[in-house]
Amino acid sequence: MSDYNFAYLDEQTKRMIRRAILKGLAIPGYQVPFASREMPMPYGWGTGGVQVSAAVLTPDDTFKVIDQGADDTTNAVSIRRFFQKTAGVAVTEATSQASVIQTRHRIPEEELRADQILVYQVPIPEPLRFLEPSEVETRKMHALEEYGLMHVKLYEDISQHGDIATAYAYPVKVEGRYVMDPSPIPKFDNPKLEMAGIQLFGAGREQRIYAIPPYTQVVSLDFDDYPFQPTKADHACDLCGATDSYLDELIVDDAGGRMFMCSDTDYCTSRRKDGHVGAQGVPYKEDAA
Amino acid sequence: MQTQILEGGFTDLPIDASHAFRAVMTAMARPGEIVSVTGAQPPLPLSAAAGVVILTLCDPETPIYLAPGHDTPQLRDWITFHTGAPFAQPQDAMFALGAWDDLPLADFSTGTAEYPDRSATLIVESLTLSNEGAALRGPGIKDRAALSLPETRAFQNNAALFPLGLDFIFTCADRLAALPRTTKVS
Repeated sequence: MSDYNFAYLDEQTKRMIRRAILKGLAIPGYQVPFASREMPMPYGWGTGGVQVSAAVLTPDDTFKVIDQGADDTTNAVSIRRFFQKTAGVAVTEATSQASVIQTRHRIPEEELRADQILVYQVPIPEPLRFLEPSEVETRKMHALEEYGLMHVKLYEDISQHGDIATAYAYPVKVEGRYVMDPSPIPKFDNPKLEMAGIQLFGAGREQRIYAIPPYTQVVSLDFDDYPFQPTKADHACDLCGATDSYLDELIVDDAGGRMFMCSDTDYCTSRRKDGHVGAQGVPYKEDAA
Repeated sequence: MQTQILEGGFTDLPIDASHAFRAVMTAMARPGEIVSVTGAQPPLPLSAAAGVVILTLCDPETPIYLAPGHDTPQLRDWITFHTGAPFAQPQDAMFALGAWDDLPLADFSTGTAEYPDRSATLIVESLTLSNEGAALRGPGIKDRAALSLPETRAFQNNAALFPLGLDFIFTCADRLAALPRTTKVS
């Protein structure tokens, strides 16, 4: 591959992103501004995550991309091919074999190891943005550690719905200092934010990079009488029978028929390979796709 | 013109820089972990590891401060040729390079309350680097780690400034370790 520089971006851009990543790791949860570039894909398709991955990848890496847990959606396939082409990296769908995983809106079910890096695609990095539209104001609120507004929002959830209704992009406090948007992952995934691997977050349109180093304290905001609860559909996976994984609900006919299945396709497939069969599943066969 | 100024850079820039950055990022994400880097042969007194860090992170957008022991014409020329980085006084520097005793810690930018990332990263040339000495705790460290630090007081004061503060990269021959502002040293 010689038509592009390694990993598409020019070296000066990568250095700028790399410096932002290092400051992000030094100030966990703080959003570092960076000069986001135009990428050969539209905003909202993971341009932030792609730029972070481009700055992090080496030719020795094995790269995996998931979109809502799935390896085989358009977004995941096109980003995987992009780096296969421009960086010459090996690619995989197996979580355990990947050294860098770019993700849109999920954390893999399988626990990540210390030598793995998780890169998140982030649409709106500012957790306070829907409460306060002004960047000047939200920046001041972060500087003053003034997060009362976020608790008011969660309180209003309780007063209106009887419960904290926020189900995804559930705000967290990192290392007791910055309130951070974990990207639109389901709150089921929030407990996994304390992990052994390095987590990097890239927001291309909003031009922000932030990070969580390994073993960093990440607390989901809650109240003493309404403690945080990671939730999922109260069901087992209909394909592999897993009861511990996050599920997608799929409408299968016009009569209201539906099934639940693991959103993490690699997790589901590897369970089926191991012989697990769900209520509507069939035994796994090598070429049965 | 001395030709050795022109030598000692990365031979395959994108690839060498990608490996070097992964090593530096690992070090910054896991304070106390010592990593090895290769690819630079800078002129003395600069260590190979410090040379790699400069080639990987510095360019015309990053003013560098050279501490007295490292402010040699040859080193200035080498950094200018390979990175194009301008030289600056401590208060304007994004990166600083030198031995611990030569660095005027109080003069560097620790960032602002609204932009704590606008703070200096100090590349500290060290005679030794080992996992013995001060105890480290904080983000990136599972229980505790240890690192040979020149002292502890300065790092405690620096951590007390959080989220402001300086970040440190310690270099020794071809090895380096990092200490971000979040690490609690005792």
